[in-house]
Amino acid sequence: MNRTISRAGLAAVVAAAVIAGAWARSGSGTVTAQAVLTGLLLGGVYALVAMGLTLIFGVLDIVNFAHGAFMTLGMYATALLASSAGLNPYLTLLVSVPLLFGVGYVVQRHMVSRTMGGSLAAQLLLTLGIAMLLENSLLLAFSGDTRTVPVSFDTPLRVLGAVADLSRVLAFVGAMSLAGAVWLLLTRTRLGTAIRAVAANPEGASLVGLDVRRLHALTFAAGTACAGAAGTLVTPLVTVEPTAGELFNIIGFVVVVLGGLGSVPGAVAGGLIIGLTEQLGGLYLPGQSPLLVVFGVFVLVLLWRPQGLFGRPA
Amino acid sequence: MMLSLDGIEAGYGGLRVLHGLSLEVAAGELVALVGANGAGKSTTLRVASGLLRPSAGRVVFDGEELTGLPGHAVVRRGLVQVPEGRALFGPLTVAENLAMGAFHTGEPADRVLELFPRLAERLDQRADTMSGGEQQMLAIGRALMTRPRLLMLDEPSVGLAPLMVRAVFDALGRIRESGVAILLVEQNAAQALALADRAYVLENGVITLSGTDLAGDERVRRAYLGL
Repeated sequence: MNRTISRAGLAAVVAAAVIAGAWARSGSGTVTAQAVLTGLLLGGVYALVAMGLTLIFGVLDIVNFAHGAFMTLGMYATALLASSAGLNPYLTLLVSVPLLFGVGYVVQRHMVSRTMGGSLAAQLLLTLGIAMLLENSLLLAFSGDTRTVPVSFDTPLRVLGAVADLSRVLAFVGAMSLAGAVWLLLTRTRLGTAIRAVAANPEGASLVGLDVRRLHALTFAAGTACAGAAGTLVTPLVTVEPTAGELFNIIGFVVVVLGGLGSVPGAVAGGLIIGLTEQLGGLYLPGQSPLLVVFGVFVLVLLWRPQGLFGRPA
Repeated sequence: MMLSLDGIEAGYGGLRVLHGLSLEVAAGELVALVGANGAGKSTTLRVASGLLRPSAGRVVFDGEELTGLPGHAVVRRGLVQVPEGRALFGPLTVAENLAMGAFHTGEPADRVLELFPRLAERLDQRADTMSGGEQQMLAIGRALMTRPRLLMLDEPSVGLAPLMVRAVFDALGRIRESGVAILLVEQNAAQALALADRAYVLENGVITLSGTDLAGDERVRRAYLGL
């Protein structure tokens, strides 16, 4: 606990220094505040995406390259329901979350389960294959045309001199609430404890009568539901197209490795850090791809702490 | 018979470990299974627990054939193993480990905490931060939470300090008195034979000796008791 507090203190000092540097570099407090706000809001969504990935990795030991495609499915569910049925995009969480939970359950039970304990290459080919199958199915069904889903009641909010659209704030609040709900599920419920037990020792779990295969499928489903929810929450902010989730998948991996593989608090902290890095990096290196700075920080952190910020040394 | 293994053949990949093994445990009995390293003791328990599917033979428990059932289904019928290495949930607390044992039974922890008072003092401690003896107590306690009718233990005394070995064997005696049958796999043959009602000797995948007084058998004394 003390180490966690001192680590959080160190992170706060580093963050303050980075923000001060960005202020000096940009010469504008408003621009810096805007970058911090946008970064944190976006980081919340990264955290939810990464939470799904890290849950799946931590419990099933599967590196899931289909996570971004599942997120895209969530985006399409929202975009279609919002445009055709005129539903409030946020209300479509009630569809995208159960839909992706079901998709995740079926995909794990009938496909991913066959590669459990197999080679990494088999898992990679399978999940990458599922991603390509989903993306191309979306392309076939809805063409490559991009879609946008405006939020009719969207309005700019002023926060500490910066401006954030209500839709960004809602995405952040929604993502953090869901991440919190997953955390409570894992730590406070019998089912969550069983999931952590399976992650800790699958054979031990089997020997106390837990159905490990079923818990694997449920965990994969929950992780996929996180991707679906994240897809819905970002739909008002992004251009929806069949490959829209890919970037989130890549950033999700960076967040997961940064936070520590399998660590849920690490996914949240990592998500916020990467969101901030992306936006503040734009101030340090204007005109460059924001991802350049993200990957730069990623490499530095791994050199310093290869197990990730919240991971345990191997 | 409560448990009978009949003509079990099993192994890993191309390696055959058990060659037609048969053994039985009656209700309330404490049966010891002794044998050298690699004789197939752990494999026998893995087959009985449903963790390893035998290539031939039958596992029958309480008149029901369990051969080929998955591990969790075997546990729910009351046939429970405490494996070597314990297979605890290391990052989970003692209380959480016990709660997982009770996942399907809802068994309250009172009896286990009475049997192992040390666990009661450490309910909020992470399992992987405890001593080997405490971890063994937790592993046995977690198994008891599943309300077993036959408890199978794989080398419960291995690597423990002498005082802890005694505590574990005392606990086994009391578990048996509570009516739970026990199949005990041990390298510590002297103590296992002293506690057991009956014993089997396993050599190279087959039962070579069995009886109620193996500690008095000349071959056992020489091979396993060092007398």
